Amino acid sequence: MHPLLGAALELHPQVALRPEPFGALAYHYDNRRLVFLNHADLVCVARDLAEHPSLAAALRAADIEPNRWPSFVAAFESLKDSEIVRER
Amino acid sequence: MSAETVARLKSGLDAPICLTWELTYACNLQCVHCLSSSGMRDDRELSTAEAKRVLDELREMKVFYINIGGGEPMVRRDFFELIEYAVTPTKSANGIGVKFSTNGTFIDAGNARRLAAMEYLDLQISLDGVDAATNDAVRGRGSHAFARRAMDHLATAGFGPFKISVVVTRHNVAQLDQLKALADSYGAQLRVTRLRPSGRGVDAWDDLHPTQAQQREIYGWLLAHGEEVLTGDSFFHLNALGDPLAGLNMCGAGRVVCLIDPIGDVYACPFVIHDEFRAGNLRAAGGFRRIWQRSDLFTSLREPQSAGACASCGAFDSCQGGCMAAKFFTGLPLDGPDPECVVGNGEMALAAQATLPSPVAVGVKPRPTMDHSR
Repeated sequence: MHPLLGAALELHPQVALRPEPFGALAYHYDNRRLVFLNHADLVCVARDLAEHPSLAAALRAADIEPNRWPSFVAAFESLKDSEIVRER
Repeated sequence: MSAETVARLKSGLDAPICLTWELTYACNLQCVHCLSSSGMRDDRELSTAEAKRVLDELREMKVFYINIGGGEPMVRRDFFELIEYAVTPTKSANGIGVKFSTNGTFIDAGNARRLAAMEYLDLQISLDGVDAATNDAVRGRGSHAFARRAMDHLATAGFGPFKISVVVTRHNVAQLDQLKALADSYGAQLRVTRLRPSGRGVDAWDDLHPTQAQQREIYGWLLAHGEEVLTGDSFFHLNALGDPLAGLNMCGAGRVVCLIDPIGDVYACPFVIHDEFRAGNLRAAGGFRRIWQRSDLFTSLREPQSAGACASCGAFDSCQGGCMAAKFFTGLPLDGPDPECVVGNGEMALAAQATLPSPVAVGVKPRPTMDHSR
């Protein structure tokens, strides 16, 4: 299992999400980064991260099929790099 | 940025990513290339109460940040009141980040301390030459000294990394390294943008716009500096020379950016203050949101654009035909080459235009619709 799947994550408190037809835009008010969340499912998982003990639990709660998990892990690695999400 | 994301951006967003709001046409300077032909205040400019209602609406639309300019925005007596209103979060919504452009004249020690104390605030000082002679020839006598004094005050006040914003011209291309060194010396960030033939720039263009050889020099310099130098993604026409520069390779007009002018008119971008690109006025029913989401102009800009005369050029995917404003104000068709096309098609189109009998429908250079110079 990818280590990130076991991590407890949350959206950074300085991040705002704005719904868009393709998913959402995320903006980090501290580091001024603007990031595209290119799927509605990704937005759902990101928004509710803090309510789940791990990324895996958040994916399960959002009914994400296991064969799609690798793409979500990649997306959250990138979101973690840009500090849109962080470990809590 | 993936091709998929760019395609989505082209079809438009529910709210702009970054919009420019020019607070006033009043300015103490008379820069020869001023994109908004600023100088005198317009009697119809938005009042403090109206401006705050606009900020409320932008906050509701979750516009993350705005670029404030002018004119010289600090000329407005309610300047601090408005930016403080913008950046302050409410119970239900984040503040709106503000980046403002200024010539620096009004940044004295006290104002520098006040600005340094604010969060979510960026500012950029305009400077178009590393020395007074180069800068003042474009921005006016004494303007280099004003700008440097403002930078000194900001540094003393501990503002942090402000930006030095340079419009690249024929006369300062050779100074890019020195301008970068100047920014570094303040711990500031250099921002360089493309000159457009907009506003008073329509008359300054022939003398100021970089030569073909300089275009290649700018491209090489930007490629070498990557994301450490900001460009507002304004040089994408140079991508036809090879590897793409950092940033979005597309025209954002009416798709991800727009301009609100001092009297509430909304244009597709800051460089097209002309009736043809005015989408509406936000004092009308429905306000800014209705214009952004439903105006005929913005809707049409979000439809797939024709490559026109550039369709057969192998570089079109790289340069996207260049800048709409640069074409429009040099009298070139919007679905053809940029006047500074690095393949040389723009020069050919301009030469062909010069040989046409005048006056004809194409080849007549439009003038800006408004002029606040005097």
